[in-house]
Amino acid sequence: MRQRRLLVQVGVAALLIGLLALLVNNLAVNLIRTGLGLGFGWLGRPAGFALAETALPYAPSDSYLWALTIGWLNSLKVIAAGLVLATGLGVAAGAARSSNNRLLRSLAAGYVALIRQVPLLLQLLFWYFVAFLGLPSVPIGGLIRLSNQGIQLLGLNLSVEFCAVLVGLTVFTGASIAEIVRGGINAVPRGQWEAFRSLGLGEGLGLRRIVLPQALPAILPALTSQYLNLAKNSTLAIAVGYADLYAVSDTTITQTGRAIEGFLLLLLSFLLLNLLISGGMAAFNRAVLGRLNRSR
Amino acid sequence: MTVAIRATDLVKSYSQGVRALDGVTLEVNRGEVLVVMGPSGSGKSTLIRTFNGLESLDGGALDVLGVRLDATHAERQVREIRKRVGMVFQQFNLFPHLSILDNITLAPIKVQQRAKAAAEQRAMDLLDQMGIREQAHKYPAQLSGGQQQRVAIARALALDPEVMLFDEPTSALDPERVKEVLDAMRQLAKGGMTMVVVTHELGFAREVADRVMFMDRGQVVETSDPETFFSNAREERSRRFLNQMQH
Repeated sequence: MRQRRLLVQVGVAALLIGLLALLVNNLAVNLIRTGLGLGFGWLGRPAGFALAETALPYAPSDSYLWALTIGWLNSLKVIAAGLVLATGLGVAAGAARSSNNRLLRSLAAGYVALIRQVPLLLQLLFWYFVAFLGLPSVPIGGLIRLSNQGIQLLGLNLSVEFCAVLVGLTVFTGASIAEIVRGGINAVPRGQWEAFRSLGLGEGLGLRRIVLPQALPAILPALTSQYLNLAKNSTLAIAVGYADLYAVSDTTITQTGRAIEGFLLLLLSFLLLNLLISGGMAAFNRAVLGRLNRSR
Repeated sequence: MTVAIRATDLVKSYSQGVRALDGVTLEVNRGEVLVVMGPSGSGKSTLIRTFNGLESLDGGALDVLGVRLDATHAERQVREIRKRVGMVFQQFNLFPHLSILDNITLAPIKVQQRAKAAAEQRAMDLLDQMGIREQAHKYPAQLSGGQQQRVAIARALALDPEVMLFDEPTSALDPERVKEVLDAMRQLAKGGMTMVVVTHELGFAREVADRVMFMDRGQVVETSDPETFFSNAREERSRRFLNQMQH
């Protein structure tokens, strides 16, 4: 029995090494075929293409490196905003599903059911072509102006592309977060609800102070993977022409032919971003569990 | 003598037409201790949980401290009652992520808008009264069952309720922990608190109750003073129940 297990282990290891060798070999062959050799010197050359959306000053005469940085910042912008909004929407919808109010409950259930049936790419295209590009110019209370040029919010100019990606990612991820939050809330014993209710505490306060803190340990691990999904799904921004890291990399690779280096940079960027997210969530998780353990 | 709780013809149906409450009528006077007994499934827990709106009604009406509850009452009425009626549960239901002190002061601060310092002072006094002052900064899981239940009583008392409801407060306790909880309840009764107690503790009922109500299958079988109930119950069903309890 032990020998068989050992044999399996050795087999798996051999397979992995073989695959890795194949990969490295392919890489070497491709590098020779392009005749370019592996190098990053091209990063300093002028990019030559314009970007529709730049968080920092950028001109086509700037370097590829700077263009990629702008793309990275654009990704970061939509991901960070998406994480915050999706969390808010998800927690609200998840909490609404355990509400006393039947209308609220069915609204939340309908939202989750609908969004989970439709592919994200279709949703992004919907938000872009149907929802945002179809907008008439409407000022709302002087603070917000909606139009097919984008959204002006308190002096902040948000492009249609940014809005479509942000809303798409938020609505899509919010539905998954809602299910996770609902599961976490359901894991809290009914007696906790009865206890805060019988003390005269309202539903909202009880949810925030009593139920959600106890639901957190069940929610956090699954929430982390939704956050990572959101970050990865942000690369679909290219479908609506938002200049995120993936879109800029794509253009860069087409122009320079540096596919291998381009993809390496892309992979490293997302690795870094996702390590940041999962690292942050792990720290938060530890803090929550630490507080809970002190109470045991 | 004024009435604290008046229940008229309460009906509560569960699915499959089972009636947890089948026309229950009763009165609890201010300052009175009413003990509710009965076999499991007799509806006694359901009954006491209707008194602060944890269970909804399908028929009949309740008057709790002048506030009316019935099949169509508004949430506002329930909230009003919950501020004035305390409840203690079989499973304690303390908030595990809050310290003992925070468990007790949360509602006074959030519901009654009391100052934190005043709420904490009052909480310490109540813990003192319950004989567990030194546990104030621990968390629920660090306490024994009996101590947790005394915290739960203190938590309910912190809102200065006019009525206290006890739903089998000693049923989840180790036998050696029962007495400390019953002693706390005895003390409360002596202080003139209006209490409705669902319990199987015959000794407590005999000694503390002003009246004992016996329920079976969602109906009130008899209500008597403890002396009569325990030595000379009027109804055959009560006598049979007592017989089983004593063996």
